[in-house]
Amino acid sequence: MQNALNEPQTIVLLGGTSEIGRAIVDELISSTTQTVILACHHPDGAQPERFAREGLDVVVEYFDAADTESHDGFVRDLAKAHGDIDVAVVAFGVLGSQAEFDADPHAAAQAVHINYTGAVSASLAIAGQMRRQGHGQIAVLSSVAGERGRASNFVYGSSKAGLDTFAQGLGDALADSGVRVTVIRPGFVHSRMTQGLKSAPFATTPRVVAELAVAGMRKGRHTVWTPGILRYVFMVLRHVPRPVFRRLPLG
Amino acid sequence: MAMPSHPHYGVGILQPVAPVDPVPSGRRTLLAGWGRATPSSADLVDVTPDTLAAAVKDLPRRGGIARGLGRSYGDPAQNSGGHVLRLVPENERIVIDDRTCTVTTGAGVSIDDLLAIIVPRGYFVPVTPGTRFVTIGGAIASDIHGKNHHADGSFGDHVSSLRLMLADTTVVDIAPDRDPELFWATIGGMGLTGVIVDATFRLIPIETSRMSVETRRIGHLDEIMARMSESDATVRYSVAWIDLLATGRHLGRGVLTNAEHATADQLGPREAVDQLAYAGKQLVAVPPVVPAPGLINRLSVGAFNEVWYRKAPVVREGELQSIPTYFHPLDLVGAWNRVYGRNGLLQYQFVVPFGAEGVLRTVIERISASALPIFLTVLKRFGAGNPGHLSFPLGGWTLAIDVAANRAGLSELLRHLDALVLDAGGRHYLAKDFQTSPAAIRRGYPRLDEWLAIRGRVDPAGVWSSDLSRRLGLTPTTN
Repeated sequence: MQNALNEPQTIVLLGGTSEIGRAIVDELISSTTQTVILACHHPDGAQPERFAREGLDVVVEYFDAADTESHDGFVRDLAKAHGDIDVAVVAFGVLGSQAEFDADPHAAAQAVHINYTGAVSASLAIAGQMRRQGHGQIAVLSSVAGERGRASNFVYGSSKAGLDTFAQGLGDALADSGVRVTVIRPGFVHSRMTQGLKSAPFATTPRVVAELAVAGMRKGRHTVWTPGILRYVFMVLRHVPRPVFRRLPLG
Repeated sequence: MAMPSHPHYGVGILQPVAPVDPVPSGRRTLLAGWGRATPSSADLVDVTPDTLAAAVKDLPRRGGIARGLGRSYGDPAQNSGGHVLRLVPENERIVIDDRTCTVTTGAGVSIDDLLAIIVPRGYFVPVTPGTRFVTIGGAIASDIHGKNHHADGSFGDHVSSLRLMLADTTVVDIAPDRDPELFWATIGGMGLTGVIVDATFRLIPIETSRMSVETRRIGHLDEIMARMSESDATVRYSVAWIDLLATGRHLGRGVLTNAEHATADQLGPREAVDQLAYAGKQLVAVPPVVPAPGLINRLSVGAFNEVWYRKAPVVREGELQSIPTYFHPLDLVGAWNRVYGRNGLLQYQFVVPFGAEGVLRTVIERISASALPIFLTVLKRFGAGNPGHLSFPLGGWTLAIDVAANRAGLSELLRHLDALVLDAGGRHYLAKDFQTSPAAIRRGYPRLDEWLAIRGRVDPAGVWSSDLSRRLGLTPTTN
């Protein structure tokens, strides 16, 4: 159960090796937190010891975002074993490179399957559990890349656009059910995922994303831009004519 | 004048609103405590003593919990994903026994309902909290206390018997000498031993409906505590309001009010016309739309506290006040919890035993230094506690603060205060708690295991369950 300060006792991270996801979990952990579940495709790389502290149980579970058939059972088993899920962070995803996708359309389809289809199915499984338990909070990692298609990452961007729209609707569908959904829209984040890429304006770090995300979640915000200024940047960018937009130095 | 028993709920700033839990029965409903922080959803079911057994048989896997008027600050009357049972008040079944000075009422009857009936007949409830909108069931389940705790104890001390529906739908009639274990596990048991159906408890005979009040403005915490220790030997009701924004040599300045039920010869000619006149009323209500961050900030609270302190007399004795004015001033403003904005408020209430006055002072210093805008702070000196396993009061000092739940740094401050309180042998009040941990409750309530054993005896399957019980590990979670 969460307390009056929205501090969770049980946290599930879907995408247990995601740097942003882990930073959010780190920020969510308080002295009332009892269980953290790192659900990931490569349990060997989950490094649960990074979260170790007295009184905190850190569990690693194998989870395949692409295997959508397994998601509902996976979440039900989690709730049976660990009790109510107070907060779930849906953080898995792949960026891929546009050049690779151009050469191998199947790889593009697989990336979209994980980023969008997998996230839809996993979020619905979590939402179902939270509806049954009558409370909970879901944080969905979207991206500003979903705000407008760009030549450099439109496969990734389009998958996040779909997920963002899905998560907004999910939040409204769950209004008054005791379950809240927060859509997190980071800009360019320096992390393993973006290693070697040219940094974009207003680039940030997983730590900063996590601080803003958790502050927003605690206040019950439905959307959190990180950094916050991107909300206003994209208010403008959304209306920039295409010929101008594609020439902008956005990385 | 009797209050209507099923008043309508309305909103509007000048329209009096009757503080009924404004929630329809019978479907998935978002429920919150009075603090409005972190609601959860459950199926809300209205029950009468006649339909209660069927409702209990119908409870789903996540169980059920009784709910009164929803005035607990936190989550004890929420049961996410399960059922919440609300007892319909049946005012026609209130029975007063003049011979023994006792009353028997259904658990859904409120102190507000009851006062309208008993005050004109020359009685007062044995204990009232700062609001009269609590039910008798809730008063027993939380073992509530009032300004007379040092003299009269808590509500449970006055209960001569009660009927409790257990998880298997049998109804047991228990009393301090009939299954005392289960009786005292139910007093302060947060509804987790069963649903209280009705209860018989003692009333205080009164000559008049007025209070004779002594108000005193006092410049420092130490002086307030010294005066309370001294005057509590002779005074029935006492409480101090503390200005937590004052620091330095004004640390813990406040206003102490002591009172007695006025006798007939203390009334002036105007009051003497109807010496048992009583009207519980509400002047205004806070409208439902308040800016999301709320209206409580350092500026507004600082201004209020300054005025409140300055307007109090250095000393004023023998002032006659009505029961609502003295006991329930906040009830004059309906839905005042809305001023805390979207994230709601948290009330932090703890007690430390006598001898730990230094800890109380440290806590007050830490809160003052935190610069949090704290609007309402109440200091009360408790008498000895009772045998209730989870009953909150113990001989010592209790402090209650209201604070907006979304303040930065609040979590760290409260954890720090928790440690100070627990190290001093103190504890937190379950009817207010919405922030602490299973470990803190285990430390604060050394008889918790005894209570769990009794609960295990009457509810082995864990039918009674609430958000509070799950959060604090008092009951298991089944998914």
